[in-house]
Amino acid sequence: MAHPVEHPGHHDAHPHPEQGWVSKYLFATDHKIIAMQYMFTGMLLALLAGFFAYVFRMQMAFPGMEVPLFGLVTPNRYNVLITNHGAIMVFWVAMPVLIAAFGNFLIPLMIGCDDMVFPRINRLSYQIFFLSAVVLVCSFFVEGGGFGGAWTFYPPLSAKGGYSLTPLGSSLFVLAIALEFVAFLLGGINFITTAMNSRAPGMRLWDLPIVVWMIVVASILFMASVGPLIAGAVMLFFDQQIGTAFFDPDKGGDPILWQHLFWFFGHPEVYVVLFPALGIVAEIITVFSRKKLFAYKTVIYTVLGTGILSFTVWAHHQFVAGIDPRMANIFTITTLLISVPIAEMVFVYIATLYGGSITLTTPMLWALAFLGEFLIGGVTGIFLGASGADIYLHDTYFVLAHFHYTFVPIAIIGTFAGVTFWFPKMFGRMMNGLVGKVHFWITIIAFNVIFIPLFVTGLAGDHRRIYDYTQYPDLAMNHDLRVVATVALVVMLLAQVLFLWNFIYSMFRGANAGKNPWRSNTLEWTADSPPPHGNWPPDALPSCYRGPYEYSHPDRKEDYWPQNAPA
Amino acid sequence: MTAAARPIATTRSSAGLATGKLAVWWVVGSEIVIFGGLLASYIMYRLAHDEFAQQAAHTNVWIGTFNTLVLLSSSLSAVLAHQAAEHGDGKKAARLLWVTIGGAATFIIVKTFEWTMEITHGFTITSSTFWSFYYTAAGLHALHVIAGGVIMAIVAAAAARNQELHRVELIGIYWHFVDVVWIFLFPLLYIAK
Amino acid sequence: MADHAHAADAHAHPNYVKIWGILVALLCVSVAGPFLGHPIVTLITAFGIAVVKAYLVAKHFMHITIEKRFIPYIILTMLVFMLLFFAGTSPDVMKKDGTGWEKPSWKTPAAHAPAAHEGAHH
Repeated sequence: MAHPVEHPGHHDAHPHPEQGWVSKYLFATDHKIIAMQYMFTGMLLALLAGFFAYVFRMQMAFPGMEVPLFGLVTPNRYNVLITNHGAIMVFWVAMPVLIAAFGNFLIPLMIGCDDMVFPRINRLSYQIFFLSAVVLVCSFFVEGGGFGGAWTFYPPLSAKGGYSLTPLGSSLFVLAIALEFVAFLLGGINFITTAMNSRAPGMRLWDLPIVVWMIVVASILFMASVGPLIAGAVMLFFDQQIGTAFFDPDKGGDPILWQHLFWFFGHPEVYVVLFPALGIVAEIITVFSRKKLFAYKTVIYTVLGTGILSFTVWAHHQFVAGIDPRMANIFTITTLLISVPIAEMVFVYIATLYGGSITLTTPMLWALAFLGEFLIGGVTGIFLGASGADIYLHDTYFVLAHFHYTFVPIAIIGTFAGVTFWFPKMFGRMMNGLVGKVHFWITIIAFNVIFIPLFVTGLAGDHRRIYDYTQYPDLAMNHDLRVVATVALVVMLLAQVLFLWNFIYSMFRGANAGKNPWRSNTLEWTADSPPPHGNWPPDALPSCYRGPYEYSHPDRKEDYWPQNAPA
Repeated sequence: MTAAARPIATTRSSAGLATGKLAVWWVVGSEIVIFGGLLASYIMYRLAHDEFAQQAAHTNVWIGTFNTLVLLSSSLSAVLAHQAAEHGDGKKAARLLWVTIGGAATFIIVKTFEWTMEITHGFTITSSTFWSFYYTAAGLHALHVIAGGVIMAIVAAAAARNQELHRVELIGIYWHFVDVVWIFLFPLLYIAK
Repeated sequence: MADHAHAADAHAHPNYVKIWGILVALLCVSVAGPFLGHPIVTLITAFGIAVVKAYLVAKHFMHITIEKRFIPYIILTMLVFMLLFFAGTSPDVMKKDGTGWEKPSWKTPAAHAPAAHEGAHH
């Protein structure tokens, strides 16, 4: 591998030498290309995990039927489908798209610099991420098939091949997740360091767009919480392959230790994905209400406080696992407490919208939908956070509906919001507004029709991870709702064709976007669309003169005031 | 790959310190929670399993002490290398880095003998949960020692040509962290019996 | 290229060899601790000294005290998170039985734990 030539800090007038297709796209170090790599990989895997959902929901609605495009869903195959649907959506869709893709694309642009501070480590992080995805997909094809012991891969089921019947698949699963963690640790260092150190001249921390703060805080949360789980994954791998007994209760181990190691990470993880989505929504609602973010500093302090608090709630996932009931009391209190700052965030966003001059563009629709849907997810979490109620609700579809009402807004609505908003900057073209809105309405309505019934069936007794409810005659009354949910899912998945068509068509034939079609303040809109390598000419990197949300300023004729415009 | 010249981003320091140093400290932070999780788990098991002490009696405290001495001394050579780099003496810094790498190599070699001895005496990773933790924790640490040694060699090669001298301090910070982990591993695995 | 953002580097640094000497002396004390007999003494000498050694390395070798203030805060925060993890997990993992459950293999140590072979080394 040729060593890159050392350039001093300033670049000469020559642009970089023309790169071949392979080195420009396949081995990219440019943060924008790496962002696209993450985004497309994440979207592809979303299609895969969505397909899994289609298959297992068809099984739920019509048990025993040969599912079109798949075949018969045996109990084992069912387990593999739900396990990997969950794991893929969390680790290979939500995280790469929300953090890696948007983080990579936006951070250097929004802080006015030419790339991430470590472009080659950036590239390495994607390569490791890509490898992790390959390892996961390979696990489906090895002897025994993919791992089916739930996305939380608790031992002893995940540790003993004799229990899981997937000795090879289990280890590949663990390996894939470990690789994904390494990729995001590397990427996170890049994001944190770049945002902290490479800001435009004049850009104080309080001038950073919220989404940058959010992605950086998310990266820090990830880094601080994943350590014990990495240790745990090593221990689990050894249990699987070497025969150690870290989690084997017969030989001096403790499976509850795994649960703690997992959920100590697992809970902050949901905030790791939530914060970037909240950040995206903040950018959109300020632009399309032409209004400053209500209480910027409060938002920052709230996010930091929530991040810290998120490390104190984890065992609410273990209320019925046999943990010390006194600890359950403590975790109930902390869990209910953490709903306060999140609720406050929602209020702050509503306050931002209040009195604004609102335009209902497609991104704005998605951002508003996020608020409404996430609210439902949040309030249903309160029932689950109370250990008493959780004794009944744990492992029912109520839980499942709760976390889909939080995760889908985060990973799906947040992604659509961000993509429809920044597409003009990424590709230099506008997406089709009408198609975007039709896609929005069908998706949102279908989404609610899937999951509201699942709250009902959950309360009525439907347990999670059951492949065929007709075995439980007492639950027969729920079956109509299960079918409704499945039909709605099929509709929702079909509606995504609209998005795919819009995305691809607009990339090549969309109307020319210009630099700043939304008339936004933040620095990324001052670069060309799409920005070239280096984002701006090396001698013309922007400086920052004010905060990011100076909309409708009384002293200004225009209703926006770009950050880089001198006073 | 040729176009990955150092971006302007890397040369800025809005947070008031050099980019590389900021990054290394974040790396150290992330490693603290990895080792912390592993060691916390070990401590919990150790305090609850009375028979661990019995097993721990078989670790060789003299080998452990020697290795601790080696790592402490290699930390000394690493910080002296940093001092040399600060004064612009790349060749001296490189020499001191090679001394540090020598310490790393000594550590690994001694550990190899130590583990061979223990394994041939029947104390394998599956012998008991104590030994599982022993090999996993010390093994993870040893991987970091090896990785550190490799990176140090790369930094030393550039430093000998008076290039990238700031990296001497950075790999030094990482190396001191590896030393600190061992400072805690040593009593946990060797002294607390 | 000298980093001007950090003039404090060319400061009055401690004698690194002297620090190393202190570290080695502390090492000797910690090794001697168990021979004094009292478990409490061993704990203090082993772990108390470990903390002191770690602090000395962090302060004098890593220069953490002259770095920007937020650096030690980052490190401290990570350490606090580890304490939090321990506090939340140990009530479950360090117990051998609870309401309606027990860990039998934790109560009667497994017979498979190997005994020492010849040449018990100490």
